[in-house]
Amino acid sequence: MKKIGSELSGTVQTAMPKSKLKLLREYHEIYIMLIPVVLYYILFKYMPMVGNVIAFQDYSITRGIFESEFVGLKHFSTFLKDVYFWRLLRNTLMLNLWSLVLEFPSAIIMALLLNEVRCLAFKKTVQTVTYMPHFISSVIIAGMVLDFVSNDGLINSVINRFGLETVPFITDPKYFRGIYTISGIWQSVGWNSIIYISALSAIDAGLYEAAAIDGASRWRQTFHITLPGLLPTIAIMLIMRIGSMMTTGYEKIILLYNPTTYETADVISTYVYRQGIRGAQYSYSAAIGVFNSVINFILLVFANWFSKRTNGSGLF
Amino acid sequence: MLKRTKGEKIFAVFNTLFLTGMLIATLYPCLYVLFASISDPVELYSGSKILLCPRGFNLTNYAHVLKNSMLWIGYRNTIFYTVAGTLLNVSLTIVAAYCLSRRGLPGKNFILMAIVFTMYFSGGMIPTYLVVKNLHLLDKFAALILPGAINTSNFIIMLSFFRGLPGELEEAAKIDGANNYLILIQVMIPLSKACIAVIALYYAVEHWNSYMPGLLYINNMRKYPLQLVLREILLEGSAQQNGVVSIDDADAVAETIKYATMVVSTVPMLCVYPFIQRYFVKGVMIGAIKG
Repeated sequence: MKKIGSELSGTVQTAMPKSKLKLLREYHEIYIMLIPVVLYYILFKYMPMVGNVIAFQDYSITRGIFESEFVGLKHFSTFLKDVYFWRLLRNTLMLNLWSLVLEFPSAIIMALLLNEVRCLAFKKTVQTVTYMPHFISSVIIAGMVLDFVSNDGLINSVINRFGLETVPFITDPKYFRGIYTISGIWQSVGWNSIIYISALSAIDAGLYEAAAIDGASRWRQTFHITLPGLLPTIAIMLIMRIGSMMTTGYEKIILLYNPTTYETADVISTYVYRQGIRGAQYSYSAAIGVFNSVINFILLVFANWFSKRTNGSGLF
Repeated sequence: MLKRTKGEKIFAVFNTLFLTGMLIATLYPCLYVLFASISDPVELYSGSKILLCPRGFNLTNYAHVLKNSMLWIGYRNTIFYTVAGTLLNVSLTIVAAYCLSRRGLPGKNFILMAIVFTMYFSGGMIPTYLVVKNLHLLDKFAALILPGAINTSNFIIMLSFFRGLPGELEEAAKIDGANNYLILIQVMIPLSKACIAVIALYYAVEHWNSYMPGLLYINNMRKYPLQLVLREILLEGSAQQNGVVSIDDADAVAETIKYATMVVSTVPMLCVYPFIQRYFVKGVMIGAIKG
């Protein structure tokens, strides 16, 4: 009974400013529950951010972060002079550019095409089937891809059937970007179209009716109603895509590449993995990681600025 | 509806054809793996690899796969990681979202900002690895569960759901004398079962399919998650094999085992997929509207 009274007075008093003690009493359970949450974010999100200081040190496991010697920008300048620097930067940007130009629009086109389908059962079937690869693990997908493009695999069997020479897809660096991008489209086109389909369904149907009465063809309706209606969604997705440009995809690349294709396949993140985890060069690989994040951030800000300038909507 | 013009009809035909093509392009690779997995290994490798139906019929591939103890260890570990991980994920996410959806909680905005900040800025692979290492989590089961305990986008889905619930329910519970723990357990959780189901599925699928944390943090093969075991079976040495022109019978068996392995490890996911698909789509929608 006493407890109910205090809770009640707590709610009655909301209009008046409360003392810190009262607030603490009212919310103390909430703060107790928040402890593990805050601990998690500090330990696994903020500690690593702080941990990036090792990029400016000669970090050694035994001496730890506080005792290791500071070396300034040594590791950064080593990276800029690394024989693989340009190759890594070029590959990171090129692989992402390929997927930006081919994979990103494919989901929009998919949504537009699905939107035109009148038969609901067919539409549902296509959706259900094309969402499916999203649920298959990258390891399995990489296994399938490498099997299909191997010298005695499905693709080469088809090529041979047409009387052409076997193509060494897996070992020739020339083909890596294509394999990576096409398998990426296969994996994600359906799933990524969901967001555009939902944006399409939010467009006012009255607009189409009005346009049809005015005699606008389907093409004109698509260009003057559908696309403008999709534009804000496209802009947001594009900014987010560019904002994650330097870090996406490396998990799949690790599965698909091999030393013979490093020429086109090795990206900054995979290099960090090999140097840092396999090679235990923590400071050097952390510096490369910081470099990567800085470029990523610049790209994000640039994309956001560009989007705001051109169509008025941005992420921040 | 207005009558369709000739151009629109032609478009509709091409559109249907194109989407049917997409349908086949998505399904065929999966069917191919299924066909190859039940084909006769020697027959499969004697001819071209274009398959429209199984070539011969032979289930020995599956017998070989089922005898592979590594695969079963991987299976067991992944089931453990998925169940334990998802339980922790879901409970922490609910707690976080509940606490930070309280109106007027002092310091709420600061904590929220700090959490959202981590979506755009992360410590990166190496410093995170070192944190895990310094906490002595390497090669421990916890290494695959703790570092990803809350997924911030799932947290935001949950948060926006809690925010959307009417505040009166909570006020009524307070007047009845319930404290914040009771409100969470007896009022909020029963009201948000649908949303909890969505994020639980998100987490579970993520655990089932993830291999990167395992690759980074686990060296002991007995603690490998399924995906890492699969990586060993499917991908190791795939580049070397490419120089080989003729394949003898033993190799042919080894190759077809790969197909059977793919089937065995993906079937659970594809069996539940039709049932969970619409929850997933719902989750994308919530995330899209609020995000």
